[in-house]
Amino acid sequence: MMENMLFGRYVPAESLLHRMDPRSKLLIIFFFVCIIFIANNGITYAFIAIYTFIMLTMSRIPARFLYKGLKPVIWLVIFTFLLQLFFTQQGTLLYRLGPVKIYEEGLKQGLFISLRFLFLILMTSLLTLTTTPIEITDGLESLLNPLKKVRFPVHEMALMMSIALRFIPTLMEETDKIMKAQMARGVEFSSGPLKERIKAVVPLLIPLFVSAFKRAEELAVAMEARGYRGGEGRTKYRQLSWKTADSLQLLVLIALTVLLMLFRS
Amino acid sequence: MDISLSHVEYRYQAKTPFERIAIQDVSIDIPSGTYMALIGHTGSGKSTVLQHLNALLQPTKGIVKIGDREIKSRQKNKSLKPVRQKVGIVFQFPEHQLFEETVEKDIIFGPMNFGVSEEEARKRARLALKHVGLGEEILTKSPFDLSGGQMRRVAIAGVLAMEPEVIVLDEPTAGLDPRGRKEIMDMFYSLHKERGLSTILVTHSMEDAARYADQIVIMQQGMVIKKGTPEEIFSDPIDLMKMGLDVPEVVRFQLMLEEKIGTHLGQIYLSIEELSMAVASLVSGGVRS
Repeated sequence: MMENMLFGRYVPAESLLHRMDPRSKLLIIFFFVCIIFIANNGITYAFIAIYTFIMLTMSRIPARFLYKGLKPVIWLVIFTFLLQLFFTQQGTLLYRLGPVKIYEEGLKQGLFISLRFLFLILMTSLLTLTTTPIEITDGLESLLNPLKKVRFPVHEMALMMSIALRFIPTLMEETDKIMKAQMARGVEFSSGPLKERIKAVVPLLIPLFVSAFKRAEELAVAMEARGYRGGEGRTKYRQLSWKTADSLQLLVLIALTVLLMLFRS
Repeated sequence: MDISLSHVEYRYQAKTPFERIAIQDVSIDIPSGTYMALIGHTGSGKSTVLQHLNALLQPTKGIVKIGDREIKSRQKNKSLKPVRQKVGIVFQFPEHQLFEETVEKDIIFGPMNFGVSEEEARKRARLALKHVGLGEEILTKSPFDLSGGQMRRVAIAGVLAMEPEVIVLDEPTAGLDPRGRKEIMDMFYSLHKERGLSTILVTHSMEDAARYADQIVIMQQGMVIKKGTPEEIFSDPIDLMKMGLDVPEVVRFQLMLEEKIGTHLGQIYLSIEELSMAVASLVSGGVRS
């Protein structure tokens, strides 16, 4: 059951996006999230759509896989669309059935907002699909480095994040194992009355916590035994390298921003 | 209760980019009352086979028959509880599944899930504790205050108290000291002998397989590559070694001895006792001639 959680998971492939510097990818996503709000009419949304489409194609992630990843969120997109559709009461009345009234503006807003939502999800998941978690943390650490001046614990935060990310699969595996062990002892996790199912969580969570704490302690000891003492003067095994492709990608995004500004209404 | 797997295949994360075949075309028969050892390296698929034995996994191809229940791919499986009650699994490091406040509560957890009355479950708990070699004074303790070895035994007791007809053991002695190892293995063996409990032992110890099992199945890369009685399996030790598999120390010793003295003993002996008898008679025979 844990196996189906694919959304946002790194998929190894050979593509330009995979090879890019995580810093540039993080910056691109950050700016993309900002500039998507500039779009407010058909043409600008078309630009965004084309851009997203090109990026998706460049990533060489199989479409079938993207679709599978989107499935759980698609309901949220549809829900936002319907919400906008029924509750915006501006513009000309298009359709009316009893108390249900659909206005032109509602249709427009619903379409735009759900599209915006969809593009945001696609682009942000593109980041995690093409970048390993460790690259993302490295990129974040490097981008946030200036904050060290104001005594923000950048290294510690990055370390916490990479440890957390590193242990997600381990914890999932552990969850799966304990679930199976308890299922073999007659616990039913996926059927039976709700009350029973809630109660079934206890034999899962307690062993999980116990082992997580144990593991944390072991990790701390192992790190200390290998001489870890914080980020001061620590060198990196993986060096980030900013290439021409990264600069080009950022330029493309700036061009897109200019286009959006010009064509927005 | 008979269990049989016919042409079972299992893929993890089927139809995703992460798809991976764990086992394929696995056919194994486990008639009631058998002691079977399932051997293979890490990643050979033996743990995946094990999880099919009480329908924790559903095959992606093939049929698993557990008693009169058939588990096939692409079908909804309702009420698997009866199956799970009859096939008890002791997972690797079973102490990780302990969660209750007291040892007693943890042991009776399994049986009570299967509808056994509390009174009966408590009785079973005491019996199970005796089997695993622990005293009743432990019943009121917290399982988390016990030593590793004791936790292991409590967890095993928790499965025994379900009174399964088939018991599946996944490396039940991993991480135990040699004495504890022998005690636990002997305990399972005597349960098998006394109660006719079908036992399936997943292990990579050829020693244990040779000593206890009456059927051995060897797996490699998700496939069954050899099956038979210990005598059949070890009759060709050179072949086993070619496949990168271990042979029991006794067999290795016999081979080296045969090479040294230049004669063959005629058959492969699987226990130190038998081999020493054979060697003794060879030596005395040699003296006589």
